[in-house]
Amino acid sequence: MSKERKLFLIVAAVLIVGSFLITTQMENRFYYKAAYVVLQYVVLATAWNILGGYTGYVNFGTAAFFAMGAYTAVALIKTWKPPLYVLLVTGGLVSGLLGLGIGYLTLRLKGVFFSIATLALAVVLQMIISNWSYVGGGAGTAILKPRSVPLFSNYDEFLFFVMAALAVVSVAVAWLIEKSWIGRGMAAIRDNEEAAECMGVPILKLKLFATTVSGALMGIAGAPFSYFVVYIEPTSAFHLDYAVNSLAMPMIGGTTTWLGPLVGAVLVGTAQQIATVTLSSEMNLLIVGSLLVGFVVFAPDGLVGLFGKIRARLAGREA
Amino acid sequence: MLSIEFLLNALIAGLLLGGFYAAMSAGLSLSFGLLDVVNIAHPAFIIFGSYLTFYVNEHFGFDPILAGLVFAVPSYFLGVAVYRIYYNCFEKTGAESLRGLVFFFGLFFLIEVILIITYGVDYRLVRAFYIGKSTSIGSVGIAYRLFVPFLVGGMLAAVLYLFLTKTFFGRAIMGVAQDSLAVQLMGVDPIRIKTVAFGIGIATAVIAGSLLIIIGPVEPTIGREYIGRVFAVTVLGGLGSMTGTLVGGLILGVAESFTSSFFGPSWALAVSFGILLICLAVRPSGLFGR
Repeated sequence: MSKERKLFLIVAAVLIVGSFLITTQMENRFYYKAAYVVLQYVVLATAWNILGGYTGYVNFGTAAFFAMGAYTAVALIKTWKPPLYVLLVTGGLVSGLLGLGIGYLTLRLKGVFFSIATLALAVVLQMIISNWSYVGGGAGTAILKPRSVPLFSNYDEFLFFVMAALAVVSVAVAWLIEKSWIGRGMAAIRDNEEAAECMGVPILKLKLFATTVSGALMGIAGAPFSYFVVYIEPTSAFHLDYAVNSLAMPMIGGTTTWLGPLVGAVLVGTAQQIATVTLSSEMNLLIVGSLLVGFVVFAPDGLVGLFGKIRARLAGREA
Repeated sequence: MLSIEFLLNALIAGLLLGGFYAAMSAGLSLSFGLLDVVNIAHPAFIIFGSYLTFYVNEHFGFDPILAGLVFAVPSYFLGVAVYRIYYNCFEKTGAESLRGLVFFFGLFFLIEVILIITYGVDYRLVRAFYIGKSTSIGSVGIAYRLFVPFLVGGMLAAVLYLFLTKTFFGRAIMGVAQDSLAVQLMGVDPIRIKTVAFGIGIATAVIAGSLLIIIGPVEPTIGREYIGRVFAVTVLGGLGSMTGTLVGGLILGVAESFTSSFFGPSWALAVSFGILLICLAVRPSGLFGR
């Protein structure tokens, strides 16, 4: 195990333990709710970036994968109310399979057509869920949280801890992919798919891997959603915000590294939580939209790229 | 239940709707089909046009179609400005595939949010003497709110067709689509041609918006339902063919009309995406493809 990898694992473990320690100290429930949303975006942005940033296939259907995770959980809760980890695993499995299916689409659909297909997937799935009365149909359904959970004083704190752990795990997954030959192969696909294939990069395998992992992570992020919102309905689970945010955050942070989506999600996510309270939820969407367009136009490499450029310039001046 | 009249009514409603779909997609067929600019924000410009029409209709009693035609002129310049940004930031550097797509998606979202902030999420509608009336031929009813957009939409497609095949500028656009370098060697600046074409595309989107709000009430977020529709029509018709766009629009309109007659309106949306996916899988060049 390399030194870098050891350090990364230690930081990850410290973060998970740290988030548990926070729940023993802090009381205010609002902060847990806000932090949960930000952490959920860390998972979604990181998952989006594995496909969009590394491989170069723009996914507009984050909401589809997220909501499939959420609704798989709802269906299971309605039948036998399994513990949360079962929901996480099955949510990840279902959305992962969905991702695998989308992966086969990349055989025929490139560029904008792939993106529209993912958007189509979200719209069609929303329609199916809206017509499926077992999980509440279009009107939605109420989900009862488990009353108590060991080690935690209430369920919101537990959900916060779970999401914190998921965020750490998903960033770790992105980091591992990026540092391995898989990540380099993906970058080759992003830069020039035909050339990569000619050089012997197993492009289909890598693309399927990217769509599956990306979809599975989004599904896992969605699995606890129904417990978090208590009342789940298709319009909120399939909201376009998930697609826009999970794409805007890596774009703002920087798409080529694991750090970019993390920075973007934490900054933009936190700013959104503040803006929702102080301004309005529409204003916060306006901010995200403007930031997205602004960064794509003026700083295509995101904050990480911008920071790197400034550092390079400073180093040049010193030398 | 399943009578000839029922089928005939569904067919006529579908054809009328289809003419309007063709008008909606004509601009995209121009910018995306011919010039490869992935303007995924096209439906947002349509909704934007609907709201412009709503504004002048509500406050000054303008006729919706007149409003659409008047606003087409400033929207042309809006389109020119958008293309300039797109060209300078993405196309020139060859980064259009990923970032250009995200740029238009961001633009789509921004227009939607701005409309929500200004007008709220309520449905808005316009008033005109022909809305709400209908005529009937035999047992088949024809609502004017569908018939007027059908007429105007058909005329729009026809004008664009004549423009592309008969005028110098139109032929230049076709030329850029076929071989940009050759056009350049003939002394024509392809970027200028593309700018004009994109501007015209946005102008037609705004006209289509005024037709949309005649057909039914509009709210800011319905734009996403039309992403699938406009791209389905454009791809089905064969990218860049005006005849194809018209035929594609009619096919989609009839298919949607039958689906909502037999299975209920909530399934109509799946038709466009279904057509799009099948078309991309089986024949990506469309019915009238080059």
